[in-house]
Amino acid sequence: MLTKVHTGLDAVPGVWWKPAHRAEKMWVAIAFAWCMVLFAMMPLWHWRGGQNPSGIRRKVEPRAFYARTVEFTKQYQVGEDRGFPIVQPPAGSDVYLTALTYQWYPILQLVQGEKYRLHISALDVNHGFSLYPLNVNFQIIPGYDYALEVTPTASGDFRIICNEFCGIGHHTMVGRVIVLDQRGERVSDNSNARLTNAPGGTTGAQP
Amino acid sequence: MSAPALPSPFRTCVFTGRRIHKDAEALVKANAVVAVVALLIGAIAALLLVLTRWQAVHLLPADWYYRILGVHGMNMLIFFIIYFEMAVLWFASTALLNARPAAPRLGWVSFGLMSVGALIVEWMQWSGKADVLFTSYPPLKAHPLFYLGIILFAVGALIMVGQFFATLVIAKREKTYEGSLPLVVYGAVTAAIIAVITLLHGAMIYIPTFLWSIGVIESVDPQIYRMIWWGLGHSSQQINVAAMVAVWYMLAALTVGGVVLNEKVSRSAFVLYVLFISMASAHHLLVDPGFGPAWKIVNTSYFMYMAVLASMIHGFTVPAGMELGMRLRGYTQGLFGWLRRAPWGDPGFSGMVFSVVVFGFVGGITGVTIGTEQINIIAHNTMRIPGHFHATVVSGTAMAFMAATYYLIPLVFRRKVAFWAAARWQPYLFALGMLLLSMGMTFAGSFGVPRRHWDISFSQAPFSVQFDPAVDLVLAVMGIGGIMAVTGALIFIAIAVKSVFFGEPLGEVVRGVAVAGIPQGLTHPPVHAANVDEINERLHRESSRWTGPTPGTMALVAVFLVAFVVYYFTNWKLLSVLWKVG
Ligand code: HEM
Ligand SMILES: [Cu+2]
Repeated sequence: MLTKVHTGLDAVPGVWWKPAHRAEKMWVAIAFAWCMVLFAMMPLWHWRGGQNPSGIRRKVEPRAFYARTVEFTKQYQVGEDRGFPIVQPPAGSDVYLTALTYQWYPILQLVQGEKYRLHISALDVNHGFSLYPLNVNFQIIPGYDYALEVTPTASGDFRIICNEFCGIGHHTMVGRVIVLDQRGERVSDNSNARLTNAPGGTTGAQP
Repeated sequence: MSAPALPSPFRTCVFTGRRIHKDAEALVKANAVVAVVALLIGAIAALLLVLTRWQAVHLLPADWYYRILGVHGMNMLIFFIIYFEMAVLWFASTALLNARPAAPRLGWVSFGLMSVGALIVEWMQWSGKADVLFTSYPPLKAHPLFYLGIILFAVGALIMVGQFFATLVIAKREKTYEGSLPLVVYGAVTAAIIAVITLLHGAMIYIPTFLWSIGVIESVDPQIYRMIWWGLGHSSQQINVAAMVAVWYMLAALTVGGVVLNEKVSRSAFVLYVLFISMASAHHLLVDPGFGPAWKIVNTSYFMYMAVLASMIHGFTVPAGMELGMRLRGYTQGLFGWLRRAPWGDPGFSGMVFSVVVFGFVGGITGVTIGTEQINIIAHNTMRIPGHFHATVVSGTAMAFMAATYYLIPLVFRRKVAFWAAARWQPYLFALGMLLLSMGMTFAGSFGVPRRHWDISFSQAPFSVQFDPAVDLVLAVMGIGGIMAVTGALIFIAIAVKSVFFGEPLGEVVRGVAVAGIPQGLTHPPVHAANVDEINERLHRESSRWTGPTPGTMALVAVFLVAFVVYYFTNWKLLSVLWKVG
């Protein structure tokens, strides 16, 4: 039994709770099934996939986190580039990175295929961690330590772009991450990271 | 309250024969006019932004880029959209129900509150005292008046939503309509309920933030702020969706005699929007440190994607209602005869169709995809985000509101639509421009181009960053699309202002006689034959069991589903090749 033909502008007299046409029901069923697929993909990726934003998360006093970063930097510094210390921590260790207006401190030097626990936090305001050119993005919030297990699967010379507005100098906030290949060598052609060797670039700089 | 001494506070609509209350009409007009003013400010800001983000042009200096970015977000997303929604609420509760407005004088008080608040916010932003963008994440701090202005605006809006509900109660009590609310009003009710929830989140976050800015509170936790702020920021997008869908149903009825296939299905879909709404904020926090995976998964999916289900249902029932409406009027040739014979020269129709298509195919698909917990890793804060929401709130909601305006001008303002020739192609220009802008932004974001960023040549940064050369190309596409869209918006504003303030009065309207300046749906109303129920029975009886009486729409949603599946899994593939992170 069909409802009397009417538009969405007409008040509906009487009972409108009537069964839908089979075709309409079918679309609702297909849409529902697709929604279940969308939902299932997320837990599934936690179980089988390699990229999850879980991390170990805890609150931290911003200045204490920065102090920890400075201590970590002193401990493992191996060089310097444009005034930023280059730090090479041992594989499997805890690594610290602080975002502050307008820099990423320090420069990290990691080894391809090794696992690290990367702690990131901010000293002052919100910042955005965007690993270029891979396009891996995390929100960095003062007072929260985001500790992510990372394994660089590609070697090369990477950048960290800040992609959360943090003040008038926001667009100058670029950091650097170097990933050595499995033999512990710098990659000169840098093709893995898909970075071109721009004039004024730092690809060739030695620690 | 005593009745006014005037002969009658109502007039009779020349097109529809409905009773329209003059006080309510004045409130619709005021809100709509201010909405257009906000759109004008936002559109000028948009042009400056486009010409800055197009790196080859790079127009504004850094401080003005960030300032204008805040101005654009505020004027467009908050002022334009909310004022227009208030006009829709007044229109739906009075004109569509033949009802009188509850307490019109209070209506003006709330309108005044909103406007004072908006003016204060403008003043703070333009004078550089609130360079914190419209999200104002602490610890970035603006002048206290900025937060106060927002609070005033929100309180005014909240009171106005309250009057909407009061008007519904009056209409029911005075029996101005028979049976259940029309579907369009029902949709407006869901939008209003969501608005209440949204504005309460606004109060929850802006009152403490205001107190913090004047030094009463020590600090505002930046993570908690983000959570509650997006309870405001994203839930308000759900108001927009519900209001937009209601406008779709309205324009479908007015332009092609679109029918409601099944009230149960459409109304249940609206209820789904309301039920899971306060989970919306999680979309924005998927790669935040404050929350665990279980919380993120349950919330980002609005409890298993039930709001997505709702949109997929409307995405079917709206075009299917149009198809059936056309078929019932005799346009039965083939799969798409109804589409070919539709009034494409009526801007109310073409605008609405572009709204449905771009919202669904671009906005919807990208939104669900980047709102997936893990896929968000390759999208968060990149240009993919503005790419997505310019396809939803702009190509979807703003486009639908523009299309509705072409009907509101004759129906409410009783004027002819000015610059009619331009009005007929305005939706094409705006929709195409927006499509190019969204796609340009989305692709730029896929290469890692950040949003909210003044200089992606990084000329003042310590380390060089060299984007893929393709980025220049997609940013040019964004730039050209943006210029087209701004032109479309300015044409719309010119039409609206000219019609409303200097427009030609309607004069005599004769059914069946086309008049420049009056949309076809009003001069040639798409009425159904007297024996339409019989035709409907026959169409249903003769249709295939699988495709039903609307085979064309079935084909269209099948294409949609395939596009969705392909885009979604392509993104998982892109994600899977990155560093291991966990
Ligand atoms: C008229 C055509 C429009 C154009 C050309 C345009 C263009 C832009 C551009 C270039 C940005 C800057 C993106 C960035 O640098 O991060 C932007 C941001 C934005 N737009 Fe639009 N836009 C238009 C209309 C609208 C409308 C109608 C709305 C809302 C209803 C809107 C809402 C926003 C929002 C919320 C932002 C983000 C602001 C922020 O990041 O703080 N836009 N738009
Ligand atoms: Cu920044």
